Amino acid sequence: MIRSTIASILVIFKKDLHSELRTRYALNALLMFVITTLSIILFSIGNESVSPELLAGILWVIVFFSSMSGLSRTFISEEEKGTVLTLHLLARPLTIYYGKLIFNTILLFSFNIFTVALFLIVVPGFTVANYGIFTITIILGTLGLASASTIIAAIIAKANTKGTLYPVLSFPILLPLLLTLINATKLSVDGAVLADAIGEFRIMISYMVVLTVISSFLFEYIWKE
Amino acid sequence: MNKNIQFEVNDISKTFNRRKIFSDISFSLKQKESLVITGNNGSGKSTLLKICAGVLTPTKGKTIFFIDGKPLDNSYSFRFIGFVAPYLQLYDEFTGWENLQLACKLHEINDSRQAITPLLHRLRLWERRNDVYKTYSSGMKQRLKYAFALVHEPPVLFLDEPASNLDQQGSETICEIMKEQKQEGILIVATNDEHDIGVCDRVINLNVQRSISGVP
Repeated sequence: MIRSTIASILVIFKKDLHSELRTRYALNALLMFVITTLSIILFSIGNESVSPELLAGILWVIVFFSSMSGLSRTFISEEEKGTVLTLHLLARPLTIYYGKLIFNTILLFSFNIFTVALFLIVVPGFTVANYGIFTITIILGTLGLASASTIIAAIIAKANTKGTLYPVLSFPILLPLLLTLINATKLSVDGAVLADAIGEFRIMISYMVVLTVISSFLFEYIWKE
Repeated sequence: MNKNIQFEVNDISKTFNRRKIFSDISFSLKQKESLVITGNNGSGKSTLLKICAGVLTPTKGKTIFFIDGKPLDNSYSFRFIGFVAPYLQLYDEFTGWENLQLACKLHEINDSRQAITPLLHRLRLWERRNDVYKTYSSGMKQRLKYAFALVHEPPVLFLDEPASNLDQQGSETICEIMKEQKQEGILIVATNDEHDIGVCDRVINLNVQRSISGVP
């Protein structure tokens, strides 16, 4: 039974990946957002020197809004294309949720690598002193953002004002995670040792676990209404 | 389709935004039985069909599938049903074959080629199997939905307006499929078409709620 559930989750994930590679809705939205935002920030900074702590915050602002523009597509596109009923007829709600969660996690992870690399290259003054803390923060941040974005996308997919509702609903849910991520990034920039960031990592892991477990319970109700 | 299946609907009611669509509908169907749901536009035929198929939650009441006498967990009911409706959409960006292969994988059919090929031949879609779904005509899309619904040989088949968008030959094929389903499993159809009503054994008219009878 578990093996069959995992196989179905992977089929849903591959379906979404296959679909995304053909339509490129989320990929284009994420890519355009990252490039546009980064360009605006670079123009605004100009020759000014901005503290690395502030730049750490800006990095997560870019990640937050780009994930808002791209990750909601996973459920909204099913709703817009009218394929929600098709999915209902093909798999259990939980299978669909985990398939989409894996897709969102991998999509966001790829984009975060791209965004962070671009940020490190083009933004002057942003230097990471402890890459251990920085890497763990990016990984845990991606997992937390993906788990929150997936369930929020499922909730707002049925609303009429999807575009505006998504960031509005996401912000209060993601605020504790974003504050922790900014703190951990600051520590990595300041050259703190790994032990200093353990508290932040614990919060990120707890956030991700709690949100994923709650989403697993809630998803069936959201999906069927 | 070798399992003994029974389907029960107990006191189903549905309300949308305080507007009652229908209330207290109950019926039970065994293998080799069929039911047609009729009623005016807006009477709730499609809503009742979706509730029966488990894709919509009723405001009150419940639906239960029994497999070999044992009640089935509703989250697994998708494995035992096929559903065709004009509002069902397959994936535009995938080919006909890919759409059916997706269904095969999720229904855990090992030999998907063997399951898909005869259906595509029967529904006259074999030549267009590698074309993207969005390039299909509305009639072809409707026929592919039948292949999608039948690929796992479901014991219960739900059809909403079964002949919509179909030409004469397509309608005849669908009529054969309905008769075959009636002989082997359970068939539930939502329609006002006289011909489709004639295929089924029992009628539930949502204009006159709770009336379940033989064909009038």
